[in-house]
Amino acid sequence: MHQPHGEPRRSIYFNYQVFPAYTGAVGAPHIARKPVVVVGAGPIGLTTALDLARHGIPCVVLESEQQVSEGSRAIVFTRRSMEILQQVGVADRVSGMGLPWNCGNSFYRNQLVFRMESPQAPDDRYAPMTNLQQPYLEQFLAEAAEANPLVEVRWGNRVTALAQNSDFARLEIDTPAGSYELDTDWVVAADGARSAIRTLLDLKLEGTSYEGRFVIADIKIDLDLPTERLAYFDPTWNPGNTVLMHREPGNIWRIDYQLPEDETPEQALQAESLCERINAQLEMLGFKDVPWEMDWSSVYSARALTLSDYIHERVIFAGDAAHLLPIFGVRGANTGFQDCHDLVWKLAFTLKGLAGPKLLPSYTDERVSAAREIIDEAGKSTRFMAPPTAGYRLVRDAVLSLSLTQEFVRPLYHWRTSRPHDYAESVLNCPTDDNDRFAVGPRNGALLLNIKLGENDYLFDRLGACFHLLYFTSAAFIPDALLAQVQAIRSSGVPFQIIAVTQNAQTRVVGADQLIEDTSGHIASKYGITQGGAYLVRPDQHICARWHQLSAGQLHTAIDIVLGKH
Amino acid sequence: MNTMTVHDLEVVYDVLADALDKASAAKAELFLVKLALLSAQALGSAQTFNELAQSALQDL
Ligand SMILES: Cc1cc2nc3c(=O)[nH]c(=O)nc-3n(C[C@H](O)[C@H](O)[C@H](O)COP(=O)(O)OP(=O)(O)OC[C@H]3O[C@@H](n4cnc5c(N)ncnc54)[C@H](O)[C@@H]3O)c2cc1C
Repeated sequence: MHQPHGEPRRSIYFNYQVFPAYTGAVGAPHIARKPVVVVGAGPIGLTTALDLARHGIPCVVLESEQQVSEGSRAIVFTRRSMEILQQVGVADRVSGMGLPWNCGNSFYRNQLVFRMESPQAPDDRYAPMTNLQQPYLEQFLAEAAEANPLVEVRWGNRVTALAQNSDFARLEIDTPAGSYELDTDWVVAADGARSAIRTLLDLKLEGTSYEGRFVIADIKIDLDLPTERLAYFDPTWNPGNTVLMHREPGNIWRIDYQLPEDETPEQALQAESLCERINAQLEMLGFKDVPWEMDWSSVYSARALTLSDYIHERVIFAGDAAHLLPIFGVRGANTGFQDCHDLVWKLAFTLKGLAGPKLLPSYTDERVSAAREIIDEAGKSTRFMAPPTAGYRLVRDAVLSLSLTQEFVRPLYHWRTSRPHDYAESVLNCPTDDNDRFAVGPRNGALLLNIKLGENDYLFDRLGACFHLLYFTSAAFIPDALLAQVQAIRSSGVPFQIIAVTQNAQTRVVGADQLIEDTSGHIASKYGITQGGAYLVRPDQHICARWHQLSAGQLHTAIDIVLGKH
Repeated sequence: MNTMTVHDLEVVYDVLADALDKASAAKAELFLVKLALLSAQALGSAQTFNELAQSALQDL
């Protein structure tokens, strides 16, 4: 019998809620069948469930625990993650509580040797980075899930076995009152780094495990420092190693430091060792006598691994279950949000019978290549932060030393933050459009560019769980043939909206679902387009086709391609 | 590629030896790697640097 931890976890800043365990199906006479079962109510499982609900797909989320995650874990969320969280309705809560920031600093021998400021563009709603402890994010997502009639979260339900059939999977689930079985068309395995589903299917991750291990400690302390990334290389108290600091809400500070090579995690997490090292770091920063209190500590290793395929018959992997990425560059959770946002519309369209044979497999193609690209980039950061061999260490140390006087080596401190992946090679991109004939604007596969439309009003706020055609026009109506094509797409069941970007101060464009006024030409110039041109945008806000002059036939072709029918 | 005169090469020889002694045995490696990076920057070519590294790996 599964016995999840029933006492609220201990935390200085977060009140854990223990959700009641679901036992309703134990002893039921029949095995129920669901369209989608998500395994894991971490950030990725819950976001997947909420995103599916936007497409009208109901799902069950099975979560082994009865409360959200222990400790702050992922604390830095990128702008793209915020945009995805906006789509599922929790971004306001995250930004209401989170700390926005956009600067990072690297120090060596008490000298600032590199500073990077990510631009806060006026067209973006969210800051480049927002710091918030993972339990808050999970709590916001869990509350949104509980309030959503299409999502059923079953706390205290642990998956223990899985059998694949040709058109469904059967899960065995253990609860505090006994076990039961559940059938589902699709399993989304979002059960984290130690994925039980991955183990049950005997799948291996490809890639490298680096030796570098980091202690992560959260302390409560009142420090007069800005919300910026602080990295200290080779500090006197921890020679050769790297220390990172981040501010979290509630006067909590994250201190990450690399373990000396010969030390075990158990040794490193001993109270005296933690205390001594945190004091040494604080003393180095000139905060010798500032009182502090420990909240949580753990050891994290720098790994860069991925499955080579995310879809295995009826099981689809997302988030940490699919890949393990180094924390440098905040790639853990931030990569997972992009996974599930890429997956969900494809899965929803598949369940609704709207997808061609290439749509769902494109999830694996797009996201495995994203993971490999991230692993490649993250490898560079990891080799600099935690050099894996004597050779790497020597060159890194030479760079540190040179960086005090030599400008040219300083860009090597760049920590390559998680960013939206560009699916330039996707089979869903239209090969016969005008993509190559654009001089500016986001290319096929790239993320749409946000636009500030007014006070507290941005383009991304207007986007829903459907295709959007951004149609640039100075006419008072959408051409008949184009509109007829859009009607045909809609009557096939594909949700589709026309957003007319008006260039002539028109107050109405007949046939358009929404109107965005662009008399200044700002949007047109950012998108490199003139009237009669258009961008076709997937439900995950990535572009799949663009034209200087759009015709009905071209739209028809592009939709067939993006639905994976070619 | 520019070639050094024998006289120049002799100067480099002495400069390198003196600098290594100045750096001390404990810091000799670090010094050499710094020097290699500075030389690579002056050289301005990753490809040439790679060829030089391969040459230096011979007959160790
Ligand atoms: C100690 C630690 C520190 C971290 N620090 C950072 C950081 O600083 N920055 C960063 O970006 N990332 C960090 N991460 C990584 C980040 O937390 C993860 O990338 C993120 O949580 C991934 O989300 P997920 O939903 O894929 O998986 P998880 O959050 O791990 O969620 C998986 C869920 O599945 C549940 N589950 C597991 N097995 C079963 C089963 N058999 N049946 C039912 N449910 C199951 C688990 O209980 C869990 O709730 C850290 C992770 C750890 C462990």
